[in-house]
Amino acid sequence: MVYEILNENDLCNYYDLQNSPGINLKNRNYEQKFAYLENKEIQNKLLNFSSKKLNKIVFSIPSIHCSSCIWLLEHLDRLREGIITSRVNFVRKEVSIDFNPEIVSLKTIVELLATIGYEPEINLQNASKSKSKKENRKLYLQIGVAGFAFGNIMMLSFPEYFGFEGLDDSVRMFITYINILLSLPVVFYSASGYFSSAYKGLQQKYINIDVPITIGVVALFVRSLYEILTQSGPGYLDSLAGLIFFLLIGKWFQSRTYESLSFERDYKSYFPLAVARVAENESEMVQITELNEGDIIEVRNQEIIPGDAELISDTASIDYSFVTGEAETIQKNQGDYIYAGGRQVGSTICLKIKKAVSQSYLTQLWNNEAFNEENTYDSLINQISKYFTLVILLIALISAGYWYFVEPSHILNSFTAVLIVACPCALSLATPFTLGNAMTILGSNKLYLKHINVLEKLWNITSIVFDKTGTLTKSEEAKLTFEGEELSSQEVSLIISLVAHSTHPLSRAIAKHYNDTAVFASVVNFKEIEGQGLSAIIEKSLVQLGSAKFIGAQVDESNSTDASRVYAKINEDIKGYFNIRSSYRSGLSALIQRLGNSYNLSVLSGDNASEEANLKPIFGQNSTFAFNQKPEQKLAYIADLQAKGEQVLMLGDGLNDAGALKKAEVGFAVTEDVTAFTPACDAIIYGKNLTELSRYLSFAKQSKKVILVSFAISFLYNFIGLSLAVTAQITPLFAAILMPLSSITVVAFATFAVRFLAYRHKLV
Amino acid sequence: MNVIIVLISISIIVAGGFLAAFLWAVRSGQYDDTYSPSVRMLFDEKKKKTKKNHPKG
Repeated sequence: MVYEILNENDLCNYYDLQNSPGINLKNRNYEQKFAYLENKEIQNKLLNFSSKKLNKIVFSIPSIHCSSCIWLLEHLDRLREGIITSRVNFVRKEVSIDFNPEIVSLKTIVELLATIGYEPEINLQNASKSKSKKENRKLYLQIGVAGFAFGNIMMLSFPEYFGFEGLDDSVRMFITYINILLSLPVVFYSASGYFSSAYKGLQQKYINIDVPITIGVVALFVRSLYEILTQSGPGYLDSLAGLIFFLLIGKWFQSRTYESLSFERDYKSYFPLAVARVAENESEMVQITELNEGDIIEVRNQEIIPGDAELISDTASIDYSFVTGEAETIQKNQGDYIYAGGRQVGSTICLKIKKAVSQSYLTQLWNNEAFNEENTYDSLINQISKYFTLVILLIALISAGYWYFVEPSHILNSFTAVLIVACPCALSLATPFTLGNAMTILGSNKLYLKHINVLEKLWNITSIVFDKTGTLTKSEEAKLTFEGEELSSQEVSLIISLVAHSTHPLSRAIAKHYNDTAVFASVVNFKEIEGQGLSAIIEKSLVQLGSAKFIGAQVDESNSTDASRVYAKINEDIKGYFNIRSSYRSGLSALIQRLGNSYNLSVLSGDNASEEANLKPIFGQNSTFAFNQKPEQKLAYIADLQAKGEQVLMLGDGLNDAGALKKAEVGFAVTEDVTAFTPACDAIIYGKNLTELSRYLSFAKQSKKVILVSFAISFLYNFIGLSLAVTAQITPLFAAILMPLSSITVVAFATFAVRFLAYRHKLV
Repeated sequence: MNVIIVLISISIIVAGGFLAAFLWAVRSGQYDDTYSPSVRMLFDEKKKKTKKNHPKG
């Protein structure tokens, strides 16, 4: 169908461009799905710019993945009249479209995108996130300016380095004044971030690493100005520019992130923007925040239920896979209470809203204070910088005091020299380069960290909490057991013959379990009652499969999970039931054994305790299990662990884990596909890489050693520099060599040591 | 006037030109997406909507 559209518009080159474009055709049932885009208010929130003849919008499209995608998306103007231009940002997986609203509507464009397989992610959250781009640009500009000044000042200082005597004093003065001119933008533009960060830190009575950097920069600049203006020396402006250049490169390394991944999603980015409200037999699209208790809404196929509601239609089948990770759909009947977050599968249903969106079972989790807490986290470098700054100031004062008695003319000299030499350039580069490299290596192993400080937090983890469904289990593959009297092969054949006629996931799971059993051909009077079960007459026996109610079995309600139990009845005999549960990931028990040595493990599950028997052999006796956990209880469980002094790593996948992921020191979202929805978290990990978790954690822990050694190296340089500085022997040339040398040593060491570690952990 | 001063001035001005070029490049967003331009330049610019018989069509 994509081909048809393309062919109509003479875009067949698309298929020549790349042989396997890998486009997936999504279902074409979009007639109503994007109806809310006709709502003016919503349009205004989404559009970046709107006028009568020109609208601009930026869509986030996670499925952009190849050069063909760029080609196709940049030729949208040929697919629909009215689209003026479209431009792809591959790195951010975005496409910006300019269109004429008089010719083509926003809804049509979104439908077109969805039809060719690029359904945009539309929510109000990502409508306002373009500011990080600006910040990134500013950093590039600062680096450019600093690099420019560094190179030129250094070149102009060459005569000074080599003690070249042939220069007139007038030339020498000219050079130094040029140097001052070049250094001004470095100090006041490139280094401005360090000043403001140091100032903010001091305001909160807190000495961060930017404080000693600022002291060093100011000391360098003031002393150089003084020397040049009094013509007593050439100053240290080359060191100053070099220092800031290296620092900024470290900052750039630190700020790199996976721009196309979102680590901040909450329920708002998951819920639709608007829903059809039915009032007096007319339906209108309203924003979900405007829904009130008692409103009647229509939810169509594949739409998300936005608030806790009561079912008015006869039946509904709800897919809660985003919330719980459970793949099977759940049947609901008229009058049932339906929690928000499920996805309706099948025909349109009517619901009566019982609770406003922000108050529903799922979303009230976000009202919890865990989501308002600022993370008070102190990085290793900032812990050190307190002592570092004090020690440096102390040394500077002591040496000034010493020279006061011995040779008063050296006081200022040695005081500033100490501050200059001690400037923690190499020290502050150690962390970004070590952890930045580690993050890249983990990224190539499908563990995507939000920021390098996640690695620092991983050092101290003492306890790991797993969500069960979707995290420990694989949602697509089911494990099946039969409970009840032993089935004869004749009976098995009867059952298999029945399920062979059904496409229901549970039927398929049963069929797969007995895949080598003979099937009877004569199946008469086959009936499938949606949400209840199957029945047919096979070989003169009435075979029935389905829910307890359907076949009339007495159910022990205490530990029932109706959704995953299929009862079997042959003639009048209830034979028992199939227990269908998701299977655990392969390699899980080995992982648990490795982790169990160094961490406390627990499992939280929203399901009932029936799985405990299966979890015990995998996890052993020392792990804790908690079942029937509601989202808030999961959060509370983490808080309990933290109150006991544990540092918690939480692994989960669904919206119901969002609170726990947020509350834990580190939250990993487990996903089968990074473009799929993941709740807010610190890192995203591929499900099939989960069993490698122990290696990743040990790699992260070892990276701390690399940082400590890097710190030692930079302290060594500081020590050498200081011992010369206090004796007032430091020269501009010496400073110009020492500073870059120490920085480069630390960067090189950090990079190679991390690569070596990764090699040892078999991560590269 | 010493010739070296003239030379230094010229070299700084030239270098400043390159800095300005870099600043312009960053501001105009050339570093925002480092992948798609490399592909974009390979696309054919076909403005005419002439129907072409494609073997698959």
